[in-house]
Amino acid sequence: MFEAILLTVITASTPLVIAALGELVAERSGVLNLGVEGMMIMGAVSAFAAAQLTGSPYLGILAGIAGGALFSLLFGFLTLTLVANQVATGLALTILGLGLSGQLGESFVGMPGIKLQPIVIPLLSDIPFFGLVLFAQDLIFYLSVALVIGISWFLFKSRAGLKLRAIGDNHGSAHALGINVVRVRYLAVLFGGACAGLAGAQLSLVYTPQWVENMSAGRGWIALALVVFASWRPWRLLAGGYLFGAVTIGQLHAQAFGIGVPSQLLSALPYAATIVVLIIISHNRRMTLINTPASLGKPFVPDR
Amino acid sequence: MTVSEGPEAKPLLSIRGLTKFFGSFAACDSIDLDIGHGEIHALLGENGAGKSTLVKMLFGVLEPSAGSISWDGAPVTIASPGEARQRGIGMVFQHFSLFEALTVAENIALSLDARIPLAKIAEETATVSKAYGLPLDPSAHVADLSVGERQRIEIVRALLQNPKLIILDEPTSVLTPQEAERLFETLMRLKAEGRSVLYISHRLEEVRRICDRATVLRHGKVTGACDPKRETPASLARMMVGTEVAEVKREGLADTGEVLVEMKDVSVAPRTPFSVSLKDVSLKVRAGEVLAIAGVAGNGQSELFDALSGEYPIADEGRIRLRGRAVGRLGINGRRLVGAGFVPEERHGHAAVPGLPLSDNLLLARSRSDKKAFLSGGFLSVLRRDAIQSAARRICSVMDVRKSGEDPAAGSLSGGNLQKFIVGRELDRQPSVLVINQPTWGVDAGAASRIRQALIDLAKAGSAVIVISQDLDEIFEIATTIAVISDGKLSAPYPAGDLSMEQIGLLMGGIHESHFGGEARYAS
Repeated sequence: MFEAILLTVITASTPLVIAALGELVAERSGVLNLGVEGMMIMGAVSAFAAAQLTGSPYLGILAGIAGGALFSLLFGFLTLTLVANQVATGLALTILGLGLSGQLGESFVGMPGIKLQPIVIPLLSDIPFFGLVLFAQDLIFYLSVALVIGISWFLFKSRAGLKLRAIGDNHGSAHALGINVVRVRYLAVLFGGACAGLAGAQLSLVYTPQWVENMSAGRGWIALALVVFASWRPWRLLAGGYLFGAVTIGQLHAQAFGIGVPSQLLSALPYAATIVVLIIISHNRRMTLINTPASLGKPFVPDR
Repeated sequence: MTVSEGPEAKPLLSIRGLTKFFGSFAACDSIDLDIGHGEIHALLGENGAGKSTLVKMLFGVLEPSAGSISWDGAPVTIASPGEARQRGIGMVFQHFSLFEALTVAENIALSLDARIPLAKIAEETATVSKAYGLPLDPSAHVADLSVGERQRIEIVRALLQNPKLIILDEPTSVLTPQEAERLFETLMRLKAEGRSVLYISHRLEEVRRICDRATVLRHGKVTGACDPKRETPASLARMMVGTEVAEVKREGLADTGEVLVEMKDVSVAPRTPFSVSLKDVSLKVRAGEVLAIAGVAGNGQSELFDALSGEYPIADEGRIRLRGRAVGRLGINGRRLVGAGFVPEERHGHAAVPGLPLSDNLLLARSRSDKKAFLSGGFLSVLRRDAIQSAARRICSVMDVRKSGEDPAAGSLSGGNLQKFIVGRELDRQPSVLVINQPTWGVDAGAASRIRQALIDLAKAGSAVIVISQDLDEIFEIATTIAVISDGKLSAPYPAGDLSMEQIGLLMGGIHESHFGGEARYAS
């Protein structure tokens, strides 16, 4: 019973973690992309379609990544090349994604999906209690853990990650140092889109292997809140993602058992927690300066 | 290392006809300049003369519209800061190009070869910074450092690239006199090592002291090249400004009237993570007195101004008194009605709305205090356009505000002219108390002298004037008493005549003494 709940928590948390990791990288470079929900749903529909047409869920994953990344390119072009307002563009991207995916996926509605099968790791999966939960999972779960480790190393140990953080902190100075701000931001936005697309693929290939319109169901917004909740740090993000995932699952179980907590209250919990974190951060000068990407959301126009 | 070859030898850097257009405006117009090996070369000019534009072109941040640059005798184009660094040009920016969220070592690593491991950079930073007398902790976050320490990072960063030419943009504007002294020692060392320095400043005394040659810019053109040691500050100023600058006359100042402003042990907690707390600030200003409050930027000046002006009222009514009335909890309009006037620091967006015409900006500040003159129709508050416009005209003519058109948008005026208007807007009411923050920051010399004279004239007429300023020359020019603010604490007031530059510097840096480590030797 407990194992089963844990498994559902992992399945619910994985898309949140992956989408939020992508957004974390984009925001660390100073780009606020509110279109996570839209990129996610585009990833979901691309993944489902590709898996249906080829019969391979792995090609579906690739298509999901590509779908999200391509869609984020639109955001990049508008906000980085044409220097449009990031907030407005991000919102537009979400609305466009929800509509476009509904259109593209119309013929797939009601079709039985192809579920991505777990990869059982020998030996490790024999560990009692944790073995099957952690080491008999699908590829996307393993990818999510690898991404946390990889991004954490990239941001805080590699020189390229240092450049990315520098741009997010002060793009004017980064430009003056000769860093190509726009190029790095394009890459960060693309990475964010690819992650959102992968998260979407998880939804339509693992979580509920079918195509339903609006199936991202607000997870993109939770991912956005998660980035702030984690104060732009990958390991905190992993912990927060599982907390938010557990709340989502807990709310379903609470309903099933007839526990008298209104489900709306529980669904609002991630956002309430994010507000609390924001208040804590904004009251501490050091935390604000060191954790928040200071040029987040600001347009960059080099004065050449 | 190499012996100084003097400017007669082949120059290290040679610029011919360098020009930069922004639209149709020439920020730099056919500039010629030579810098020899081991020479400290001054670039002089007022704000907006084109100094920063010129060095940005040298450092590859801006692309020249025309002209040529020769480096070590060979013509070059410098397309990016990376290329500039490769050729051996280092730059210390006026507004630091540092990343607050990163550590000292990370900041330095960003401008070095990516293959050098961070640990090695941290080690070299510690060694080099010590060798040049600029000690730094490589693992400290920039957010935690003082302004002087931040400048050290920039200098050490430039030095680690072993440059032949270091460009310093207004390096002393953010330093206490003692910190500046240390910087000069470092520059002398660099010169002795055969490196060249391009030193940008508008402080004539320090240029005369440390620079071998000077090039003067005005309106984007070279207006003079000279040996600053053979010039006087007045002759250099003439080259910078183009005309003689009127000297401020202060005869007849007598600070013996009744107390008009009083603050008693005012403490204010920091309002945002970026602000400073005020700690037991007390002051008294009499009629006829000009109290100048000196200090390095970010030591509580704006917080003090906010408390005095009522922009952020304080909890205790009686701790601030204007003309004897307790006003602690009154807002800015309430205090205006008591007879005070206030000029905040930021011209654009704080003291004036750039997009609105001057007459509207006048009304916004004085709609309450001059309700009778500017509004009619009782509770309808109908604007009396003619009265407002004639008041705006009066202010412009009294303060000699040069503008295009009858009632132009505030943002279209030059910094100096807008500042004259903003000061004039308050003076026009003949306030018995005037509080002004950074009255001449970024203002040309002519306008600055006009504003300073107006402040003195107001005090002579029997008002109390408080001037918050970072410009020590300005302070000595107009103050009758001087107090120094440091880390939110205000020193006791001193009669202006009793205080030397040196002593002010000590008071300004007093709080930062711990950062100097064991080198408080400037105290002697």
